[in-house]
Amino acid sequence: MNGRRQVAVTGMGVVSPLGCTLNRVWERLVRGVSGIRPISRFDASAFASRIAGEVVEFDVDAYIPKKEQRRMDPFSHYGMAASKMAVADAGLDFSAMDRRRAGVLVGSGIGGLQVMLDQTRVFLERGPSRFSPFMIPQMITNILSGQIAIEYGLRGPNFAVVSACATATHSIGEAMRLIQYGDADVVLAGGAEAPICELGVGGFCAMRALSTRNDAPTKASRPFDKDRDGFVIAEGAAVLLLEELEHARQRGARIYCELAGYGRTCDAFHITAPDEGGTGAAEAMRLAMDDAGVGPEEVDYINAHGTSTELNDKCETLAIKTALGETQARRVMISSTKSMTGHLLGAAGAFESLVCALAIAHGVVPPTINYETPDPDCDLDYVPNTARETRVRVCLNNSLGFGGHNATLCFRRV
Amino acid sequence: MSLEEKVKEIIVEQLGVNAEQVKPEASFIEDLGADSLDTVELVMAFEEEFRAEIPDEDAEKLTTVGAVIEYLKSKGFDKQLEENKSSNG
Repeated sequence: MNGRRQVAVTGMGVVSPLGCTLNRVWERLVRGVSGIRPISRFDASAFASRIAGEVVEFDVDAYIPKKEQRRMDPFSHYGMAASKMAVADAGLDFSAMDRRRAGVLVGSGIGGLQVMLDQTRVFLERGPSRFSPFMIPQMITNILSGQIAIEYGLRGPNFAVVSACATATHSIGEAMRLIQYGDADVVLAGGAEAPICELGVGGFCAMRALSTRNDAPTKASRPFDKDRDGFVIAEGAAVLLLEELEHARQRGARIYCELAGYGRTCDAFHITAPDEGGTGAAEAMRLAMDDAGVGPEEVDYINAHGTSTELNDKCETLAIKTALGETQARRVMISSTKSMTGHLLGAAGAFESLVCALAIAHGVVPPTINYETPDPDCDLDYVPNTARETRVRVCLNNSLGFGGHNATLCFRRV
Repeated sequence: MSLEEKVKEIIVEQLGVNAEQVKPEASFIEDLGADSLDTVELVMAFEEEFRAEIPDEDAEKLTTVGAVIEYLKSKGFDKQLEENKSSNG
């Protein structure tokens, strides 16, 4: 830590099933409102899972001109809008800085799935001469970082990290390293996902990964509850504006918190199942704490990956015990805001980083809703059903992705 | 709707420009803000509307609004529009 450049969170933007402004989203998180409802985006009647966290209250026209909208998959609509909100929230005027020192790492777990489906239909029905020239640039996962750079003329480091459900957490962590290492002073970092189409829902259904509690959508995402039966697919985007601490102070920016630590590991175990001992996830948490120079006893809150699948919640609980030690694991507040949003896949880690930053800023920990029946395998304090007002100094945010990717960020009150 | 009107309508829709900007001498790239991918998509939209097949070597020359109208007329698509109208009418 000595002499290392520090990284501040100075702006945030969000497009989500709980709304599309920070205030609205925070208010609903604290009240414990579910954003899950029956799928309206397509006819899901033949699918095993027919519920999702669809984005609400989103006005794409407010962020992207009509012609540009047609050149973007919905995941880019969400990501571009969240980026613009983050820049406005930070009050940063890019023209007042050297834009070669500003980068973008806004990834996506899957990318342009809707356009892939639409264009496959065009191909099968009408042959190879009818592909849109915009198919590839709409589909590729890195295009969003490119689009955001074009919008603001940002000529610094720019690419996309892809690690399934850990994408946004890795993106924010790698962005932090870019700033620490001196490669950039400002980075827009986060994730965007728009998987609610036949391919996305069908693919996860086939894995038996999704909740089929179709008759009670708001009860379907129930992380750490004994009766959980899978995750609920969701969409949206979240973007954090990360800024070198002195750069932020010099321009008098409002600072939500410091992004103080980052750890990442791989289970090297199975393509989709977590290592049952949770050792990889535990190691990511330990590395993030070490990187921030904080001990387990200093951690007040963990925003868990907490997907509401049987294996994840059990293994993550074990991992928290390993990383923090049994005593501190029982003391720390843990919640899964996926209980309200569903699983935003490659955007989840950014949404949940935003939750950590707001928890620090407001001194409130949002709850895990739908927690009704304790599971002997999940026996920690998951902040059940009711938000808790308390001072929050240090937070961890966990993300665990298919492929065995584990990433943890550590946020700290400044 | 005449062939000119139809062509204009497609350009307005595809390029997101105002109808007044779509003059015969207007160049898609210089005046109407299109890039090379837009022009590919625009030609596909004309093909769609007029059920035409426009070979790439012809498409390359269609750089202005007027060039498109002249080209489609030279291929007899204005007459085809008229015939459709009378048969529908």
